[in-house]
Amino acid sequence: MSGFTQHTGIAVHIQGDNIDTDQIIPSREMKTVSKTGLGAGLFAGQRYLSGRTPNPDFPLNYEDAKGATILIGGKNFGCGSSREHAVWALVDYGIKAIVAESFGEIFYNNCVRNGVLPISVSRETVDSLGQTVTIDLPAQTLDGHPFDIAASDKHMLVKGLDPIALTLDHVDAINAWETADRQKRGWAYR
Amino acid sequence: MPSTVFDKIWATHHVTDLPGGESLIAIDRTFLHERTGSVALESMQAAGRAPRRPDTVFVTMDHIVSTQPGRGADDARTPGGDVFITATRAAAKAAGINLIDVLSPDQGIVHVISPELGIAQPGLTLVCPDSHTCSQGALGALAWGIGSTDAEHAMVTGTLRLSKPAQMRIRIDGQLSPGVTAKDVILHIIATLGADGAKRCAVEFCGEAVEAMEIEARLTLCNMAVEFAAFTAVIAPDQKTTDYLKGRRFAPKGDAWTNALNDWARLKTDANAVFDFEHVFDAREIKPTVSWGISPAEAAPIGGHVPDTLSASVRDYTGLTGGEAMRALAVGGAFIGSCTNARLSDLRAAAKVLQGRRVADGVTAIIVPGSQAVRRAAEAEGLDAVFKAAGFDWQEPGCAFCFYAGGQTFPPGTRVISSTNRNFKNRQGPGVITHLASPAVVAASAVTGRITDPADLLGADPV
Repeated sequence: MSGFTQHTGIAVHIQGDNIDTDQIIPSREMKTVSKTGLGAGLFAGQRYLSGRTPNPDFPLNYEDAKGATILIGGKNFGCGSSREHAVWALVDYGIKAIVAESFGEIFYNNCVRNGVLPISVSRETVDSLGQTVTIDLPAQTLDGHPFDIAASDKHMLVKGLDPIALTLDHVDAINAWETADRQKRGWAYR
Repeated sequence: MPSTVFDKIWATHHVTDLPGGESLIAIDRTFLHERTGSVALESMQAAGRAPRRPDTVFVTMDHIVSTQPGRGADDARTPGGDVFITATRAAAKAAGINLIDVLSPDQGIVHVISPELGIAQPGLTLVCPDSHTCSQGALGALAWGIGSTDAEHAMVTGTLRLSKPAQMRIRIDGQLSPGVTAKDVILHIIATLGADGAKRCAVEFCGEAVEAMEIEARLTLCNMAVEFAAFTAVIAPDQKTTDYLKGRRFAPKGDAWTNALNDWARLKTDANAVFDFEHVFDAREIKPTVSWGISPAEAAPIGGHVPDTLSASVRDYTGLTGGEAMRALAVGGAFIGSCTNARLSDLRAAAKVLQGRRVADGVTAIIVPGSQAVRRAAEAEGLDAVFKAAGFDWQEPGCAFCFYAGGQTFPPGTRVISSTNRNFKNRQGPGVITHLASPAVVAASAVTGRITDPADLLGADPV
């Protein structure tokens, strides 16, 4: 996974609050046991008319949205089902960052685990964004506006790290915890 | 320092602090299902990794299994879905984890069978790549939904990297009125606080009404915590919890049971413990509640009305214009099932309404028990006969009509009264309009063909 530092790209506004992961990828679009090839199913319920004809009224299909890499949303973006396929579909489509007022928590974590930058900002900042947006993650700016992100999430994203490998560096601490815990909570070990 | 139930479980599982503000938290149990667990297992094996403790990992088949009577071991309800079942089975066997397969007598929906088998226990950390894992907080576990990548992380390392969430306490004072269920309570709470009302909070439910709830009702209450954006929900374990768990297959036995009881006794929130947010509800003010919109927060009492002003997206999708009486809304479909409301007590409540009654003409009605154990118990009581006589289709356990995955659904534009947890656009099928309700309300509405309070049928002896 490559790291995220600076990025300038075309932004697409997805209107409305509570855009859930069923909308981002409907369950019927999860066709194989795989993390790849899911981009065609992205927003499939709204992006297509019958027979996969592009729906001209859906923002991703606007003429000026070609090559979009940034999504802009409202409150509670990515709420609902935990399906990581929503993020894998976004990655496959080419989305690098999502700017919203707030996020569903599981979706937010899934973004970070897959190198997609979720940025949570105020309604005013969301509304101020134009068609091309520049993000600087090390400097934590979005078109010059500052944004907050947990230091741990920022570190993971900037470095493009594999969290499992990183955690396995702590295997001694995990072993020590388990040894002590077996003494205290023997009932929890079958 | 006074601490909460959540603080106590967090502290017990705290392995080490990580740079950047996260902590490494030990995970006691991981549960998987075929829809999102399959890819976690395959990805883990492709990376040459294995579960740290395979005995603590469980997997079942629930999301896309066929729910038709007489189903085969690989039968999916979604076209091409059999690959999720066969891949999960093969990966589970290779990993040496606990497999609860399609034809197992223990099969069922994750959040139904985990409590049933005594896998969820007070004080344990339990994760599953499924957003409704918060249900299992009803047993006093710290249980929450994660993505597939984090499921792989939990299996391989026995831990997850977490920032400690904020904490919210929701106290429900007083006693619920007859006929008001845990489903009505949680719909009322979400409608009051909003779809992001508990954003990134660990929520503790407490108070007289919660203490009075049986475990199955508490599971319904906690199930929908994710629908108002909570990290998870938890209820302090009490006598009801230990009575429920005693003797269940994976519950501690002998001396371990005694030790567990001692350990669980400390899982109470201390007096003077501080929460980031506090809300108090009066149980007596809560009425049978049904959703009208496209978010679980868009709900009203059955005796009430759809709001006068609706968002364009609600108007466009539901065909409502605003101001309609809830009781005036005609339904063409009725579904009882899901991790929210498919346990034995839910089926009993529905059967009480349906006994001696028939589903209205033009209503397609389906009932799917949450597990094989629920199915067996219901059939032993003759509930299946009541449902069939009433015109309900009685199916095999699984997630079924809670979400559309291709395959069977209701026709576009059908208004469906449903005991599930999500009324999102297209959730139950393209163009299907979902109204969330308790099983008794679903049953009563199926009988009259419009949204109905069971009390309208049962009179002074409601569910």
